[in-house]
Amino acid sequence: MYFAKELLDKSSKMRQQWEDEVKKSVAKHADLKEDWSTVSSLPINRLYGPEDIKDMNFEEDIAYPGQFPYIRGNQVSGYRGRHWTYRMFSGFGTARDTNTRWHELLAAGQTGLSTAFDFPTLMGYDSDDPKARGECGKCGVAIDTLEDFLVLVDGIPMDKITTSMTINPPATILWAMYCAAAEIKGVPLDRIGGTIQNDMLKEFIAQKTLMCPPEPSVKLISDTVEFGTKHVPRWNTISISGYHIREAGSTAVQELAFTLRDGMEYVEDVMKRKGLDIDEFAPRLSFFFNSHIDFFETIAMMRAARRIWAKAMRDRYNAKDERSWWMRFHTQTAGCSLTAQQPFNNVVRTAIEALAAVLGGTQSLHTNSLDEVWCLPTDFAVQIALRTQQVIAEETGVINTIDPLAGSYFVEALTNEMEEQAWDYVHKIDDMGGMVGAIDKGFPQMELADAAYTFQQQIDSAEKIMVGVNKYVIDEKAEIPLLDIEDRIEKEQIARLNEVKRKRDGKAAKKSLDDIKNACKTGENVMPHCIEAVKNLCSVQEICDVYREVYGVFRDPAMY
Amino acid sequence: MAKRKLRIMVAKPGLDGHDRGARVLARCFRDAGYETIYTGCHQTPEEIAAAAVQEDVDCLGLSCMSGAHRYLFPATVEKLRELGADDIQVIGGGIIPDADYQVLYDAGLKGVFVPGITLDDIIKWINENIVPNMKD
Amino acid sequence: MEIVKKVRDGDVRTVSRLIRRLEDQIPEAKDTIKKIFPHTGRAHVIGFTGSPGAGKSTIIDAMIAEFRKRDKTVGVLLVDPSSPFTGGAILGDRIRMQRHSLDPGVFVRSLATRGALGGLSKAVGDAIHILDAMGKDYVIVETVGTGQQEVEIINHAHTVIVVMIPGMGDEIQAIKAGILEIADVFVINKADRDGAGKLYRELMYMLNMANGFPGGWRPPIVRAENMFDAESFGRSLEELTNAINEHYQNLVDQDLLGDRVKRKTMIELNEALHSAILDPVLTALVESGEMDSMADKLLKKETDPYTLAEKVAKQYLSES
Repeated sequence: MYFAKELLDKSSKMRQQWEDEVKKSVAKHADLKEDWSTVSSLPINRLYGPEDIKDMNFEEDIAYPGQFPYIRGNQVSGYRGRHWTYRMFSGFGTARDTNTRWHELLAAGQTGLSTAFDFPTLMGYDSDDPKARGECGKCGVAIDTLEDFLVLVDGIPMDKITTSMTINPPATILWAMYCAAAEIKGVPLDRIGGTIQNDMLKEFIAQKTLMCPPEPSVKLISDTVEFGTKHVPRWNTISISGYHIREAGSTAVQELAFTLRDGMEYVEDVMKRKGLDIDEFAPRLSFFFNSHIDFFETIAMMRAARRIWAKAMRDRYNAKDERSWWMRFHTQTAGCSLTAQQPFNNVVRTAIEALAAVLGGTQSLHTNSLDEVWCLPTDFAVQIALRTQQVIAEETGVINTIDPLAGSYFVEALTNEMEEQAWDYVHKIDDMGGMVGAIDKGFPQMELADAAYTFQQQIDSAEKIMVGVNKYVIDEKAEIPLLDIEDRIEKEQIARLNEVKRKRDGKAAKKSLDDIKNACKTGENVMPHCIEAVKNLCSVQEICDVYREVYGVFRDPAMY
Repeated sequence: MAKRKLRIMVAKPGLDGHDRGARVLARCFRDAGYETIYTGCHQTPEEIAAAAVQEDVDCLGLSCMSGAHRYLFPATVEKLRELGADDIQVIGGGIIPDADYQVLYDAGLKGVFVPGITLDDIIKWINENIVPNMKD
Repeated sequence: MEIVKKVRDGDVRTVSRLIRRLEDQIPEAKDTIKKIFPHTGRAHVIGFTGSPGAGKSTIIDAMIAEFRKRDKTVGVLLVDPSSPFTGGAILGDRIRMQRHSLDPGVFVRSLATRGALGGLSKAVGDAIHILDAMGKDYVIVETVGTGQQEVEIINHAHTVIVVMIPGMGDEIQAIKAGILEIADVFVINKADRDGAGKLYRELMYMLNMANGFPGGWRPPIVRAENMFDAESFGRSLEELTNAINEHYQNLVDQDLLGDRVKRKTMIELNEALHSAILDPVLTALVESGEMDSMADKLLKKETDPYTLAEKVAKQYLSES
């Protein structure tokens, strides 16, 4: 029992008094609206009190930072010891363009790098493939071979800075390039740190950068986990993501549940396929969540995530090392909450979402720029976004104390409720044969499609408000400068690629591709061969084509 | 004679797989009484145009979030023209800066829709501007 | 007539527009069908049915590839349900066969049921004729897949394929649904899943219990496993395609082709008579307001539907 019986009795009486008064007040003056729920339509009460958390167990449910279930944080010293990493997702045009922006961001105070690749690279195509026409460099940096990659990391101290790469089907290849680049720069693999997103399950559910079917995709992921465990110990080989699931329209509970269940799926696969002991690799699993506009729902979700994961690791998978129980996550503020109308309002939205992520205890944070509803951000907009994090860290005082919202009747009650609903989903998916089985049946995809449609209807009917869109609408257009990615970049990139192919050792390149093909066929770990291949200047597509050939191409059945 | 039903296709050209908007629109169009052909993501302009002709749609809606609309949307319009189907009206939406609208209109698009527009507005626009193709 | 020539030449726009005009019930379109009719009867019509989620579209996509490998042309009609509330529809089966969209030997057209029961739409019968006249060797028709209302497909197809998957409760469902009586070939899709063995045995049991088969054709059961294993999936499709061709051959050999064709012809004739006789009557009744006043009388319980109908029949039949 969390509160003494005497207190609860007293509170109950006082609460009844309050409720009676509320009834009277509302009879005279009706509430402004009938539905009071989060942006995900989770109903919220008018008030929370001791009764709402009376069944909590302090030791088991809350405890202290660095103590199971880590709901108050993994690190005992909190943000006083270390701010979250300011890690702004960036990339566009050529490797040189992005490298320049990276140096600017580092000079402006960013503490970690995060790579955005263009669509051809994300989908495993080179800049000269017909499918890449019009896409080169537009939404991220174009990388075809190791030569491009070396330009990308030019002047970056790989032993001092950690780099995240948002890459999924070709993750083995881009990571191989990072490793090869480190070796070339004389940095041993056990000194480099970073993350590859490398989470295919959420692609099948939400983001749809797809290449091979689910089963071999999970196999490639297990290869990276094994390789990282053995050779690159400071690397997070999966960033199990909820961000994209939320952006695709899910509710917060769905984001929480599907992300964590994806994590469980990977854990089970690595243990089964690679025979690794869970404590060997679990400490390097990381997560990625969406900080959406509903302030407290976001915070509660993150706290619930820590507690669910700790329980799953310790009780469901019998991990013994406490570092396996920790959930570490990166956060990005919600792109889908930003509006094209009155774009300067987006600065406010991002700030509030960033604050929620900090109060939720994130390990690293990306803040969106005000112009991203239109295109990639300008320097000006990115600076504001970065400064937002710095203002929070340096001026607001929220990091003076750890997990300031712990003990709040509301936040703890909401955290409990979200955890409970998430476990329901987890068990449901277990019954469907795990996440791969559930995806095959279309379950998470349909949940998302339904939630997305419901939300759109709520916006259209003004049941949910987006300022500037369905309330406080004005007619004029905000004139904001926008970033333009020139079409010439495509030509330049193609020329560069042709040059590389011309001067490389064609025999060595072909042999590496054959080695990868054999590894795929025999179930051997592909990573060492990938590193060899990228050093021989094989391109992203050349290696991906090998995967496609051996594993087959997945075509999205598109649930709507 | 039955009332003529509007046939509309929702397609995502290029490599961008962010299909939340496209799928929401597919449902919305069904709820508005249109027969909606949804061709999913990762289609080339040629594939979309060929499908649009086989399906005899009145309107083709293209969605792109990756910034590649400047190439992809006009390319699709061009493919329709090559197939003798320039009576199929093309509209587009996604992440499109307003500086690009004129480029798209010049290429032959009839409407460009930006985030923030309501489903009702889109339906209204379609009802007012798109007519089922009548001729033999 | 120019349109007929264009159809026979395989002009995609003309064919699709003509199907459209049929769906919209434009009277002139019927005239075109009349002229096309003599040019039909060559194509092998295959009906695909089975519960939603059974994977019909995926099988059809692979089947198109198999036919094309054998240098045959294919027309495909994909039928999806119209919303009873809004009249709209999402026609999404095409997604699974988009890789064929640039192949001139393949024509894929989606249709909505537009309120018709039986898993098909009224225009499908004529659309089949058009694709036939277009010169397609095979015409595949995929039905909505609503279980008990599937049977209409037998009126249009020479060969009916029933696609099932394990674990959907299909086992019991199908036996009740009567679908099994119309199957010429069974496909167990995702046969690598749990429950596939059970489903196979149940089907075999049921077939063993049957009292003989028309034309001596016992429906084979084709098992299609993991669709991502190109080799094994490819083999299942070969097996399925061979079974389909063998079935058609059996119809020819057993002189049953005529029966099937006659069945379709009777249905078409019935529908055409319906159209020609009943539709104008109904339209006249609605337009004159008599339909409303009859409904009124019924609501007030002043009379019954049969009496009213007999009156109308007498009136219109005696007039002609």
